[in-house]
Amino acid sequence: MTIEIIDQNDTRSLLDRIAALEARVAALEAHPAQGIEDRLAMVVFSGDLDKAIAAFIIATGAASMGLEVSMFFTFWGLSAVKKQKIFSGKSLLEQGFTAMLPGKLGEMGLSQMNFFGAGAQIIRGLMQKHEVSSPEELFDLARELGVRMVVCDMSRELLGIKDEELVDGLETGGVATFLGDAARARVTLFI
Amino acid sequence: MSIAYDQTLDVKGARCPMPLVKSRKAVNELPVGQVLRVVATDRGSVADFQGWVKTARNVELLAQETVNEGGQELFVHYLKRTA
Repeated sequence: MTIEIIDQNDTRSLLDRIAALEARVAALEAHPAQGIEDRLAMVVFSGDLDKAIAAFIIATGAASMGLEVSMFFTFWGLSAVKKQKIFSGKSLLEQGFTAMLPGKLGEMGLSQMNFFGAGAQIIRGLMQKHEVSSPEELFDLARELGVRMVVCDMSRELLGIKDEELVDGLETGGVATFLGDAARARVTLFI
Repeated sequence: MSIAYDQTLDVKGARCPMPLVKSRKAVNELPVGQVLRVVATDRGSVADFQGWVKTARNVELLAQETVNEGGQELFVHYLKRTA
């Protein structure tokens, strides 16, 4: 008699737990992206215009979809977040880098068929003709949408890029800054 | 297709990612429970909106249709803000 009562209670509590779990499964299935953090972490390594365009389109698209987006600009990718060239106060080698590298997004070239910048101008013209937002518009939009933009301090130093050469209001960080976001991200990209 | 909607957003001419970006902004300003009708010319928007609602937590894609308006193909999406 006593055993029977215990059994009934156990069965009830088990059924209750199953019902609670079913409700959780249903809730998770309805919103599959809510489990892990809805985050996208991206390394922008390339200094090519076409790749920068891809990076900014993915970033703005992801931000619009409700993902938290982090972009880490490192090495040649730093060109995408430069606004000007500064030569004063630099070593000869640094001045060489400054001369050779694009001074801003608008000076970046294509990874293929660049033809000393003519290719980049053609692509820009085509984007305008097809009513695709320009790289600069996409960059502004990314910032407007709250995309986190971090500059790799080590590569900035290495290439002799001064803070004044970079767009205002960017964050500074290192590999752990990227990995801190990437470890919690659903999507990670290296561009 | 007869789907009731509350507001219309015209993104004709806009290309990837702009239809998505503009729709997101519009949905954010939409009162909960209301339906937004998005009219686009970007063919990619059909798959884009399907992808969006897979991760979205407050948007439901009620329907999509393709209509021909004066020889121009229009892609119409009906989005409901659920929360």
